[in-house]
Amino acid sequence: MARQSTRSTDSKKMNSELFTLTYGALVTQLCKDYENDEEVNKQLDKMGYNIGVRLIEDFLARSSVGRCQDFRETADVIAKVAFKMYLGITPSVTNWSPAGDEFSLILESNPLVDFVELPDNHSNLVYSNLLCGVLRGALEMVQMAVEVRFAQDTLRGDNVTEIRMKFIKRIEENLPAGDE
Amino acid sequence: METRFTRGKSAILERALTRPKTEVGAGAFALLFSEMVQYCQSRVYSVSELQARLADMGHSVGASLLDVLVLREKNGKRETKVLNILLFIKVSVWKALFGKEADKLEQANDDDKTYYIIEKEPLVNAFISVPKENSTLNCAAFTGGIVEAILTHSGFPAKVTVHWHKGTTFMIKFDESVIARDKALDGR
Repeated sequence: MARQSTRSTDSKKMNSELFTLTYGALVTQLCKDYENDEEVNKQLDKMGYNIGVRLIEDFLARSSVGRCQDFRETADVIAKVAFKMYLGITPSVTNWSPAGDEFSLILESNPLVDFVELPDNHSNLVYSNLLCGVLRGALEMVQMAVEVRFAQDTLRGDNVTEIRMKFIKRIEENLPAGDE
Repeated sequence: METRFTRGKSAILERALTRPKTEVGAGAFALLFSEMVQYCQSRVYSVSELQARLADMGHSVGASLLDVLVLREKNGKRETKVLNILLFIKVSVWKALFGKEADKLEQANDDDKTYYIIEKEPLVNAFISVPKENSTLNCAAFTGGIVEAILTHSGFPAKVTVHWHKGTTFMIKFDESVIARDKALDGR
């Protein structure tokens, strides 16, 4: 407990350019290592998932956000608290589906793509696909299965970057036999 | 053939190089870097190969960073002297990347080609615990790659290696020609 109180809840910040360029170096390396863009997208999603699974713990510890009542609250927390904390931006939440199980995050600026241009021979690359994996991984750890994809991307000439998230189901916790 | 820079008029070209500083959470970087290290590790057989791969990625970061820094910090003026380029790295590059100057810059006593930049706790190592069986692994090889790229692309070809010494020491060995040129410049 003592250790926890000494740690600041305000997470440390750093210059976004190192982050941006580092991510760029990673994507470049993946493009060299894999045959086609689809494979790169898949690998980025996988890495994002691994990050999300670990990130959620850090997030819950620092943000002291409680359990969300519904998907709308989840959306708000993701946009206003999580994105702010890790990427320094606050996307807007819009385009709710009538059933309330699907929404869009609109990113006006995306720190991952500063300095980035997509060459023509990588037209199928979803450059920021890591983010989808992160969101999926993090929500899975709080018993939510979601589907995440990029609907629009400024890198491909769209006006804004839009991440579409769809709620699939609650994941029932399977307790190991013998546990209460 | 690589088809790069094909989009004639990209919005990115219209943006100013000097822009307000933006920040991201250090946790985000730590997790990203950790994934990078794991990815590299899955494709190599030895510690030195792993470090070489990290350095490779650092290279592409350094190469992209150099131009923008020279324009921002130096008004486009390039350094021509060994000591000045080293100070540029110790101060400007380090500040841009890590928000602080490097802890120390030293020259080897017995060799005028060798310099050391010493950093007690490099940011990239802040969240990495090195496994016992690979105790020589230093993931700051990534930073080493950045430094090497900046030196090389500024016209100071050098080899940068990373060592566990007083924290992390980046050992910079300049090409003979660099030192010879520097002496010639001094002589004038």
